[in-house]
Amino acid sequence: MNKYNLNHLRELEAESIFIFREVAAQFDNPVILFSGGKDSIVMFHLARKAFHPAKVPIPLLHIDTGHNFKETLKFRDDLVEKFGVKLYVGSVQKTIDQGKVQEETGYNASRNVLQTTTLLDAIEEHKFDAAIGGGRRDEEKARAKERFFSYRDEFGQWDPKNQRPELWNLFNGKKRMGEHFRVFPLSNWTELDVWQYIFMENIEIPSIYFTHKREVFKRDGVWLATASFMTLKPDEKAEVLDVRCRTIGDITNTGLTLSKADNLKDIIDEIAVVRTTERGTRFDDKRSETAMEDRKKEGYF
Amino acid sequence: MNDNNNNSNGYLDMELMRFTTAGSVDDGKSTLIGRLLYDSKSIFEDQIEAIETASKNRGKEEADLALLTDGLRAEREQGITIDVAYRYFATPKRKFIIADTPGHIQYTRNMVTGASTANLAVILIDARNGVVEQTLRHTYIASLLQIPHIVVCINKMDLIDYNEKKYHKIKRHFMEFAPKLDIKDIRFIPISALKGDNVVDSSKKMEWYTGATLMHVLENIFISGDSNYVDARFPVQYVIRPQNNKYHDYRGYGGRIDGGIFRVGDKVKILPSGFESEIKSIDTLNESLELAYAPQSVSVTIKDDIDISRGDMIVKSNNLPNQSQDITAMISWFHERPLIVGGKYSLRHTTKDIRCMVKEVRFKMDINTLERNYDDKTIKMNDIARIHIRTTQPLFYDSYRRNRNTGSFILIDEVTNETVGAGMIIERI
Repeated sequence: MNKYNLNHLRELEAESIFIFREVAAQFDNPVILFSGGKDSIVMFHLARKAFHPAKVPIPLLHIDTGHNFKETLKFRDDLVEKFGVKLYVGSVQKTIDQGKVQEETGYNASRNVLQTTTLLDAIEEHKFDAAIGGGRRDEEKARAKERFFSYRDEFGQWDPKNQRPELWNLFNGKKRMGEHFRVFPLSNWTELDVWQYIFMENIEIPSIYFTHKREVFKRDGVWLATASFMTLKPDEKAEVLDVRCRTIGDITNTGLTLSKADNLKDIIDEIAVVRTTERGTRFDDKRSETAMEDRKKEGYF
Repeated sequence: MNDNNNNSNGYLDMELMRFTTAGSVDDGKSTLIGRLLYDSKSIFEDQIEAIETASKNRGKEEADLALLTDGLRAEREQGITIDVAYRYFATPKRKFIIADTPGHIQYTRNMVTGASTANLAVILIDARNGVVEQTLRHTYIASLLQIPHIVVCINKMDLIDYNEKKYHKIKRHFMEFAPKLDIKDIRFIPISALKGDNVVDSSKKMEWYTGATLMHVLENIFISGDSNYVDARFPVQYVIRPQNNKYHDYRGYGGRIDGGIFRVGDKVKILPSGFESEIKSIDTLNESLELAYAPQSVSVTIKDDIDISRGDMIVKSNNLPNQSQDITAMISWFHERPLIVGGKYSLRHTTKDIRCMVKEVRFKMDINTLERNYDDKTIKMNDIARIHIRTTQPLFYDSYRRNRNTGSFILIDEVTNETVGAGMIIERI
């Protein structure tokens, strides 16, 4: 590399910072979708970089399924306090109580799909005109077609066949009243990039990404955590094992990895040789071949 | 290919390389991408399982690697690539972003989009057919978008018995029209994506070819020299004012360096006001820098208290961009509604958002023959043309050939807000 050259992480960082500033400049009321997972934590770190030495001028929005790991919620609250950023919470429980959606039943019941309604309600209620998400194109085949600036109509819907072309670093966020954008600053990052960046920048992440003892059970080849709202089938048995999270969703669909990795370097080595994608451990994507595209069209993250 | 792929040691020296592939279903593009991903261990078991299941459901015996990139329901159903798909893989030397685009003429706009940020273009030729119309079109788009490096892969060599003479014939044929195009670096590789010849490993069937494999070229080709380190350009993107006690009077200009190198102490000029000042600091969250270069995102402060806002450009006093309200450009048209001569459009150039009027279409390019058409000047979707526009305010620009960031713009429909065209500015003579 010559002397005026960025490594791949710095180049991705520069691109993401550019996106954050572009959002702040082009939109009146943007919000960062914050789940407490590593991608949203990296996003927030990049937002701090974009606006330093000012505070991040964009609030956070957490769509709370009510099925979170308690470590994630604590991490979220600590971060909000430390950096003095405003937090909005959209509650899936409230959406259920209002009768807008119906709770799924059965062993694989999940509030994953229900989140979309809560998210769209929150966007409408607070009049957010850009919702910044941590989605990456390497995660899933429908995401591979996603734009940095993704236009949503007044119903919050995504039309994959009618997307605005994006060239160079010219992003078109023009819209009419009631329409909004989803923006994805991490579009070009891979899972490994995210971990390498967390390591390089020494970014704090929730403890459940590292090995810990937890009561788990195996369903369809995936290790899931036990919880009061999870019902075990007769042939499933709970046991305490050394596990860690590779992604953090809500408890019902976060597959856990058997691992003794207790530091970032070991996690990176583990990711580098692992033979399944991180979404391969997510129950929500296994529902059909185009499960993600179908959810995204409706307005999912 | 390598066992310590991407481990935590050494990845801080990896470069990012973006390349584009254009091709149709039949010329082996998906097979080639599949092989690059597979051989660099970037396809995962659950992805292979998923495409094996999907292929079986479609009555295919072997796993169809195209299903990896064709992610949308419509694409999978119709068996075609509609949109640009981005794919990622890494080797210990580089992280790669592939912009995978369809090759048919009705997707010219997608090819243009994918090409706009690429460092390198892979052009595929089916060895059985040689140079065809599509080859010409892809090469023209790569040259129009000023992709610095072009690698022509003559594929399916296994189907012509790895014949050296036929390979050279195709190469000669290609070089007959290449000089008409503005290409800086071009190289040829005989490959078989299906059998793996010269993709990652050197072919044992083609010992007559002594050049590098495709992977070797992708990993080693010198790309950092392609950036413009001469013309310092800093479009102001966002004004940072902390307004807290610690940074009471701080006024930083956030932006991404679009060319050249800025150092603390550099004499700079602010456009369009023309005021001169000096760079006081270059700040990031981690540290303050002595110098910064493209494509870094930084925050710059200057010595004097001057009114600067988004859309302004900070440049070095001794190296100014062009300035004009009359712009000649090549345009790639994206929308079903044709370009309207005399029509007004929003124009975005760097961080500047202004309006313009299309004054004239000079000619339309026949991208299959590379001939200029001065008679038919209706510009429809996927057409490429030379136009003349007049802007409401002066643009500060470089020719696209000199700087892809300060020489490019998009046109936006003022009613629908859709992006309808992409322009590449030509130096005025």
